[in-house]
Amino acid sequence: MKIKKILPQILTLLFIFLIFSFFTMNAQENMETRGLDFGFGFLKEAASFDIQFSLIDYDGSHSYGRAYLVGLLNTLLVAVIGIIFATFLGAVIGVARLSPNYLIKKTASFYIEFFRNIPLLLQIFFWYFAALRALPMPEDATLLLGSSFMTIKGFYTAAPIWKNFDIFFVALILAIVLIFFFAKYAKKKQEQEGKQLPVLIISLAIFIGLPALTFLIGGVDLSFSFPVIRQMSQSSYTFDGGFKIPPELIALTLALTLYTATFIAENVRAGIQGIGIGQKEAAASIGLTPSQVLKLVIMPQALRIIIPPTTNQYLNLTKNSSLAAAIAYPDLVLVFAGTAMMQTGKAIEIVGITMATYLTISLAISLLMNWYNKRIAIQEK
Amino acid sequence: MTINNFNLLKSKFQKKRNISLIVGILLFFLGILDFCLNNFQNKNITFFLPGSISFFTPLIFAVIGLHLIRIEFSGIKILDKLNKNINTSNFNAALSSCIILLLIFALPPLLNWFIFDANIAGDTKEACTGGGACWVYIKVWFNRFMYGMYPNAEQWRINVTFIAVLLFMAVGFFVPNRLRNYLSFYYTILLPIISFILIYYIISGGSFGLVWVETGAWGGLSLTFMVSFFSLIFCFPLGMMLALGRRSNLPVVKYSSLSFIEFWRGVPLITVLFMSAVMFPMFLPEGTYIDKLIRVVVAITLFEAAYTAEVIRGGLQALPRGQYDAAKSLGMGYWKMHIFVILPQALKLVIPGIANTFLALIKDTPLIFVVGLLEVVGMLNLAKTNPKWLGFSMEGYVFAGIIFWIICFSMSKYSQSLELKYKTDR
Repeated sequence: MKIKKILPQILTLLFIFLIFSFFTMNAQENMETRGLDFGFGFLKEAASFDIQFSLIDYDGSHSYGRAYLVGLLNTLLVAVIGIIFATFLGAVIGVARLSPNYLIKKTASFYIEFFRNIPLLLQIFFWYFAALRALPMPEDATLLLGSSFMTIKGFYTAAPIWKNFDIFFVALILAIVLIFFFAKYAKKKQEQEGKQLPVLIISLAIFIGLPALTFLIGGVDLSFSFPVIRQMSQSSYTFDGGFKIPPELIALTLALTLYTATFIAENVRAGIQGIGIGQKEAAASIGLTPSQVLKLVIMPQALRIIIPPTTNQYLNLTKNSSLAAAIAYPDLVLVFAGTAMMQTGKAIEIVGITMATYLTISLAISLLMNWYNKRIAIQEK
Repeated sequence: MTINNFNLLKSKFQKKRNISLIVGILLFFLGILDFCLNNFQNKNITFFLPGSISFFTPLIFAVIGLHLIRIEFSGIKILDKLNKNINTSNFNAALSSCIILLLIFALPPLLNWFIFDANIAGDTKEACTGGGACWVYIKVWFNRFMYGMYPNAEQWRINVTFIAVLLFMAVGFFVPNRLRNYLSFYYTILLPIISFILIYYIISGGSFGLVWVETGAWGGLSLTFMVSFFSLIFCFPLGMMLALGRRSNLPVVKYSSLSFIEFWRGVPLITVLFMSAVMFPMFLPEGTYIDKLIRVVVAITLFEAAYTAEVIRGGLQALPRGQYDAAKSLGMGYWKMHIFVILPQALKLVIPGIANTFLALIKDTPLIFVVGLLEVVGMLNLAKTNPKWLGFSMEGYVFAGIIFWIICFSMSKYSQSLELKYKTDR
């Protein structure tokens, strides 16, 4: 009996050990013959390549480590924007899928069936190479909302110019902390005395009032720089000033959002459908208003069903953002596993770092969501 | 006897009701007419109103029209159906009119592009004179999109192989009942070997008088099918083993399966393919060369196996404990219990999940462009840079989109029907 338990484990260990040692030995041999050495010292060397779009200060004189950071931030930027938009769109479509209105229901299910059955890469290519290429050149672009231009070279819009931004930022953080404590206090008060405080209005007042106050007395000032068209040569125009969103970013976010929203919509629909009609009727029969029914009875239960699969979709979206490399948006894969690897030739280290980064992001998101999921799970006593 | 016969409201409100009906219908169609004139004739019949209001007049007319025809029970069948389905409240009416107007706005140009202004006759770019899609481009490049760079004269080999593999796959429908028990063995072990031999000897060639065609020349939709087919049949047994390992009582087996699964689920496929392309050769002895296609299939298989494992684990967890206990009480060992009692029930439960994983796999195949294999999307990107055929990327992507949509949609419908079929006996 004992041997039955130990033997398979020893075999598994042996198998794993053999494979790993086989690979490491080969790798060592191969690197010796090619004159490569293993190490992460290259991260401090100057990268000497440029990156088209960067959230932090970067040029060729910065190190590979800095280039890695630029790529990582670009990846996170796409992921965060995509997650926010996909959640909103998915929730709307998911609710629309359950609408009593025939047209809305059919439109929503058409949307879901259409976008989720086409490969994401194809959608990214479609938006980038076909749809966004049909936009006008800078000189022909029309003014949108008085400040922006949608052109083939990207979306140009007004850029905010801050004075004393740090004070404003501190005030914003302070406001959020205050709201957090106020909400806690209000909940305690309600539990003890049964008195409801107008939490939403006071929170909004703090959130808007405190940062606004810094404008009046903190010396914070905000002005905008608008994009202005300028002729570069005979037939080429560009914009000066303002803020530019590159078309790669637009295509990528658009495709990721539209694709992931279909899956989130299905989760939302399943979540709402998973709650028995009796819950709603019971809540109504004890005199809750429709909005209270939704807020206190339906949503807390629906969220329990919705959150675990939606976490998976967030993870998928983050991992799918690596398709950016296909349309040359400078994300982690393109900058680091692409350009940096070509230049340094350190395949093992760079692919290793890239994979470890994605693993960390994935594990972090799933830990966060697991924690949240546990918080809202049924507290059985 | 219809309920109309004793509608008490009839005599009193009949006249008023009819007027409101007629006015409502008129207003609704006025809104649509206004919208059509605005869009297709460039005429604005409400020019006297200020710009923004004039823009919204069609919507306003349509909503007021729908409001007027919203009658509790009219006795007119079509009207009642309309009211019940798209016109239950003002809000719903507004949304419905928005959708109707949007359809009127979007459908005619789309249809024009697709069919009426499109060109399909001819063989050159110059044949595309209309403003619509240039299907000539697809026609000329069709063989490339289907077979990649595979030589034109040899393409029958791919067709023959595919038909043969399909026939071997269909064997399951024809075997006599007494051989049925061996089917899973056939599908998991024999079929992959047979298909590999067929593909190796017929598509690759090199013997029996067939010309050798290297895998770099394979491509197009046929490559998509080959990659997904092999990844599918390999990732399923592997995923099953991993799922069993993940639920095993033996700590070493459990945690090695767990870390394997979590590793592959945590990284994007594109980095896995990068790894198979640039990192993997470093891990092999000097001078060994494994074909690019095989490396890609292995990478995708390992990647998807982790997802399949998680799906199957869900099914294993959903089975009631009693099933395990009953099997054990009959004296079954671990393998016997799983093969004859647990897995058949668990797999039945996870059909939709498995189908979703397979769909994801098919949708992931275009990513193999990373290692330089050009399946249909990769071929599109290559064809689009051809100087003779510049500017037809839209047609190409639409074409590939339709192909993938048909494959994925029919597969998901099939999985739904399977799910229903197997649900009845539980």
